[in-house]
Formats: sequence, C-alpha cells, structure tokens
Amino acid sequence: MWGIIRQKVGAGGISAPSMQRIRPAVSAWRSYSSSGKEMTVRDALNSALDEEMSADPKVYVMGEEVGEYQGAYKITKGLLDKFGPERVVDTPITEAGFAGIGVGSAYYGLRPVIEFMTFNFSMQAIDHIINSAAKSNYMSAGQINVPIVFRGPNGAAAGVGAQHSQCFAAWYASLPGLKVLAPYSSEDARGLLKAAIRDPDPVVFLENELLYGESFPVSAEVLDSSFCLPIGKAKIEREGKDVTITAFSKMVGYALKAAEMLAKEGISAEVINLRSIRPLDRATINASVRKTNRLVTVEEGYAQHGVGAEICTSVIEDSFGYLDAPVERISGADVPTPYAANLERMAFPQVEDIVRAAQRACFRSVPMAAAA
Amino acid sequence: MSSAFSAINTVQRLPHASVSQENPSVSPLRSFLPFLGSTHKLRPKSLHKNGASIRRQSSIVAVSDVVKEKKTKSSSCLPNLLITKQEGLVLYEDMILGRAFEDMCAQMYYRGKMFGFVHLYNGQEAVSTGFIKQLKKEDCVVSTYRDHVHALSKGVPARAVMSELFGKTTGCCRGQGGSMHMFSGEHNVLGGFAFIGEGIPVATGAAFTSKYKREVLKEADCDHVTIAFFGDGTANNGQFFECLNMAALWKLPIIFVVENNLWAIGMSHLRATSDPQIYKKGPAFGMPGVHVDGMDVLKVREVAQEAVARARRGDGPTLVECETYRFRGHSLADPDELRDPAEKAHYATRDPITALKKYMIQNNLVEEVELKAIEKKIDEVVEEAVEFAEASPVPVRSQLLENVFADPKGFGIAPDGRYRCEDPKFTEGTAHV
Repeated sequence: MWGIIRQKVGAGGISAPSMQRIRPAVSAWRSYSSSGKEMTVRDALNSALDEEMSADPKVYVMGEEVGEYQGAYKITKGLLDKFGPERVVDTPITEAGFAGIGVGSAYYGLRPVIEFMTFNFSMQAIDHIINSAAKSNYMSAGQINVPIVFRGPNGAAAGVGAQHSQCFAAWYASLPGLKVLAPYSSEDARGLLKAAIRDPDPVVFLENELLYGESFPVSAEVLDSSFCLPIGKAKIEREGKDVTITAFSKMVGYALKAAEMLAKEGISAEVINLRSIRPLDRATINASVRKTNRLVTVEEGYAQHGVGAEICTSVIEDSFGYLDAPVERISGADVPTPYAANLERMAFPQVEDIVRAAQRACFRSVPMAAAA
Repeated sequence: MSSAFSAINTVQRLPHASVSQENPSVSPLRSFLPFLGSTHKLRPKSLHKNGASIRRQSSIVAVSDVVKEKKTKSSSCLPNLLITKQEGLVLYEDMILGRAFEDMCAQMYYRGKMFGFVHLYNGQEAVSTGFIKQLKKEDCVVSTYRDHVHALSKGVPARAVMSELFGKTTGCCRGQGGSMHMFSGEHNVLGGFAFIGEGIPVATGAAFTSKYKREVLKEADCDHVTIAFFGDGTANNGQFFECLNMAALWKLPIIFVVENNLWAIGMSHLRATSDPQIYKKGPAFGMPGVHVDGMDVLKVREVAQEAVARARRGDGPTLVECETYRFRGHSLADPDELRDPAEKAHYATRDPITALKKYMIQNNLVEEVELKAIEKKIDEVVEEAVEFAEASPVPVRSQLLENVFADPKGFGIAPDGRYRCEDPKFTEGTAHV
C-alpha cells in the first residue's frame, strides 16, 4: 500500500510539499506517544468498514470503483473478496442514481455506506442527500428514518483544479437533519465511521485525500471492534492557555504545527479538533475560549457562510464578555481553486497564516487594517 | 403514414431480436446492427422522399459496408480512394500531434513539471481528428477531462496547452484551469469538464444558441455545429438522456460523440451498462444512432461529414458511438491493473496512426519520407512548446483574485452602463471596496 501511495506521490510530486509539512507533526506525535501501534487513516477506515460489515449484515458499501478496483483511494480494499459483490457494489457513473438507491434502501431497512469518489461529485446527488435523506425523518414525523452514511474525500488535494477541490463542510452542515463528521487522525476515522454507520440518521462523512496515507498512533482501545466515538464531541488535541485554535480535518495538522511554532514564541495555543461539524460542540469551544479569551478558527473552505463564521458567532453570542481580542477567521481564498501550483498554495491556509492570526489575537503584531 | 408506423414497429422489434442473439461473453468487437430510425420517417412526406432519406440514413450507419461496397463496385482501373493526398496529410499531422503531445505530457508528469490529474488520449486520436477536422472555427467543441487533444485538433496552439499544463501564466487559461479545464474563446473550445456528463448539457446549450441566433436573432447564415465528446461511462448518466431528449425535440445542431473505450477507470463498460450498445439509445429519443470503428480515421471522417452536414442543414442531432481504446491508463496515477494485456495488445495492432500510414502508402498517396518529415516537424513543435512552457513565468500573486467575476470588483453594473467600481462616487460612503 505504501508502494501505491509512493507511486502516486512520486509520480507527480504533487503532494510532496504538503506531505513534508504534515510529516513533522506526525514525528512530534511519535515522541509523545507511548509504544503503541501506528495506523494509517486509510487502514483505519478500511478496518472500521470491515468490522461493521461483519457485525451487521444489513451494512453494505456502494459507489464507483469500490469493488474490483479496490476503491478509488483504496479505502475499500479487500472488502469485495471478503463480502462479495452483493455487499460491495460497483456502480455505473450515476451519482444521483446510486445515492437515491442508497436512500431508498435505507428507508426500507438497510444500512448503506455510499462512497462518492470526491465530495465534489456529491453535487450531482445533492438532491437526494438533502431532500430524500435529511428531511425524511421530519416530513414523515418519525416514521421513516434514514440510517445512511455518505462518505468520501473532501476539500483540496494537490493540483486537481477548481472542480475537484471544494470543501463542502459548511454546505452540508447548514442543514438540519444531517450529521456532518470530519475526522483527522486514525482514531477519529475509526471511531467516527463506526459511530456513523451505527447511527440511525443520515451522516455526511468528510475525509481528506491527503490524510489517507498519514500514520497516527492508536491505542489498544481504538483497535477494539466495539470502539466508537460520540458524535457531537470535539477533542482537545493540545492544551493551552493563551489562544484557542479550532480546526477540522487536514487543518488540525496545520494547527498543531502552528502551535509548536507559537510555543517557541511563548504563546501557548489550545488546539481543538472539531470532529463533528453538525452537531457542533459549542460547549467545548466556549469553555476553551472562556479559559484562553482568544479565538482563531481555521478551515479550508470559503470564509463567507463558513464553519468559522458559525463558530465565531457562537462564541460571540455565548462568551462575549470573555473575549480579549476580536475573533480571527482563517479560511481559503475567495476564489475557485486555481491549478497553478503557486496560486494554489496561496489559495489555502498555510501554517504561517495560522501563526500570524494567533499572534494578532495575542497582540504580538500589528493588527490588520479594517478594510480588506 | 403506414410507412411511418411500420418504421416504428421495426424500431420496436429490432432491439428484442438483437437481445436474444446477444451473448454477453462476446467481445464488443461485433458487427453493428443497421440503423433503426429517426423522426425523418415520422414526418408526413412522400414515399419517394422517404425512400431517399432511408437510403441516405443507411449510408450514415453502414459506413464500413458502404466503403466496402464502393470499393468492390468501382472499376478496378480507377481506384476510388476516400481521401486526397492533402486531406490525408492534414489528418496524419493532426494525429501525430496528438500522440506526440500526450507522450510528452507523460514524460513531463513523471519529471514533476505537471501535477494533479492528467488524462491522456493515446489511441483515440482518430476520433478527435476525424470529427474536429470537419469543423469550422466558429463551431464548438465540448469535452471531458481527456481534452488535450480535442483542444489541439480544434486549433489551440500546442504551446498554450503545454503552458497551461505546467501552470504558467501564458497557458490558454492563464494557469488557472489545468489539464481538465481547457477553454478557448477564440477557438470555441467550451471546456474541459472534470465531471463526466457535465459537458453534455453545456454542448446542448451551445447548439441551442446556434439555432437561436438563426431563428430569433435572424443571423440567417448561422449554421454553427457543436460536438460533445464523452465516454462510455457517461452514457449511463442521467444528463446524457435528458439532453438526447431535448436535442431531438428541438432539432438542435449537435453531434453526441461517445468515445467508447470500454473502460471507466476500472469499471468495464459491460459491467456497468444494461445494454452495452450505446448507439441504440439514439433512436429511442428520435435521432439516428451510428456505430463506427473509432480506430479508423477514414471511417470516422465519413460518419462525421454526414453528421455535420445533417446538423448544418437543420435536420437535428446525431448520436455516434466510436469504438476506440486508450493505450494508457485512465490517468497517469492509475496503475491500470484490471485491463487484460491481451486486450491491450489487440488494440495496439489497430493503432489509428499506423493504419492511416499504411493506407496512404499502399495507395501511393504519399512517400514514407513525407510522413517522416511531418513527424519530425511535430516533434519540433512539441519540443518548442515544452521550452516555451518552461521559460514562461508562473502567475503573479495578484492573479489569484482575478477573473472571479467578469465584473472587476463584483459590485455589478450601474444604471449608466459602466461598472460601479469605476464610479469614484460609489465608494464615497461607508462601503469598502
């Protein structure tokens, strides 16, 4: 499997720069963890699917290339051989069709896991995610629930252009009736996917292509087949007392790196891994801001109507008196993702942007002028 | 009208007959069925006209049969060739350009000059050349992510495409689009779409514009044709069927070209499609459905000529299924493990470039040296394109925020017709630009 990743990375040198950025965070982890096993996010997702499918025969996987191709990103590797083509279903290229089929089968009692090759393609199926899945429990007054999981990579990869790089967290999280999860580490991936499959409601599970190959330490508890994480609870990845940085998915890694750099300057940052975008863990975020008095939100998606906008508003509504500085939002640039490598780097938050924002919040540097 | 009804009956009976004979294990390299019908027959026309149209329609479909017929019927002293020397050289040069360019893309990708998703067109050149060389500059081409060669055939300079792939500011989209999003306003290449199926409604819209210009805006000589290129996997997508319906309903000047290379990443066409004969879906919507050997540029060209002429006349859309093959994997990141090496070897023997070369030399249209000269010239063009792309600058920082809106700052047009942001009074208030 590493061979495949190396072939993909080496072939284009596409994700090499960002991989180098993330890797130091992982090695920092290594020095802190006890002598536990390590697991890639890909293996974590694969093992979670494997165990849930073994435990409950109503769970099945459907999507493009999930079977014979072993998964477009190899997440469903080996599942076809183990469970057969009736439970690992290769579909034609019809997102609207197979998402609808998934929802219909969930109405009638099965537990589908629908894979989108990237969440950009979910836009061809968004009518079913929103109108057939999310709203059904409400419209039927509880008679029909939809225990479906829509999963796939979300957000930017490297050099894949405007139509393959959008982050859909804010779009899906704005709708009542959907649960939206965004794992970062292998522990998150395993626990949240298991929780999502067992959940009786529609769940949008946003993974990240560049995190698939990342290794994280996992304890024995995480490897247990009944391991599950609660939906709606954020995790404090790193404790601190000067500024709260919230992030999800790949940006958690960047935030941790930024926290390391800030620690050298004497700023102790608390990094919150949101894990769950809807329901948002407002309690944890507010408790943290009441402790540190400063907030920086980080996300890959666009600023307007983004996840950060919601978090900032929540903090202003609930903990206004505790804030010592204006809330800071870091998000992707307000442009469709450009292809050119240098422009793409500028279009997404980098570690330095997070460091600068935290410094601004701590008044260590000149605050930005009011006009953009 | 009785002839029209019998035509309908024929349409209904034939699919059933073909299904009973169909053996799913037979490879798709089988002889196609005769053309099944079109709205032509439903119009109350005289029998004679119907007869003529039937003959013409059957000549669309049974191209390789007609070609064989022509060859056997013609007298032996005068060879009845399909192309002149000039036409042959144009076709050859275009296909060599496509092949050399894609091979260079692979090299550059493995050297790290290109990144992201790159989908190469090796093996399918006959389809692009055969169709696009029948178009004028004002005609439109819409494609998918496998669009480098479509752009090149349409006339976008190789250096512009190569710079775009390198992500340089001199690329055809200033480095902002990338491999999958080749656009050219000048050459009417309307993309370049990453989502398969997305380009088909866009192409149908371009055809709608052409008809609108002629009928509503009264530009009497507007006979622009649009070609939508897409693959076998796309033929299962809902948008495809919606557009077949509307194009036939409104008789739009569009040609739907299915580049059936049998594979959608790792999904075989036969595993994904209930009835793998895509051309049969045309008559279901009221347009001719044609199957052609997409590895033979001369056959593709004949079909293309007829389809383009049909569209220009105002007779409506055509669905053409080209049986072709891609020699490389789906993209440069695809390990290509699922395709049978025997299948790849078989199609390698049907390389369209070799086939055209053989045809032209055997029929004494050209000497081998002339073809070699073309190959050398194209090599130089591609090398020059790479040098140009290497030497071009990367986009400047300020380019990041440009082109989001056509309106420079996104504030819209003022009542006097100028952009609001150009009015100095507009920012006098509390609004910040």
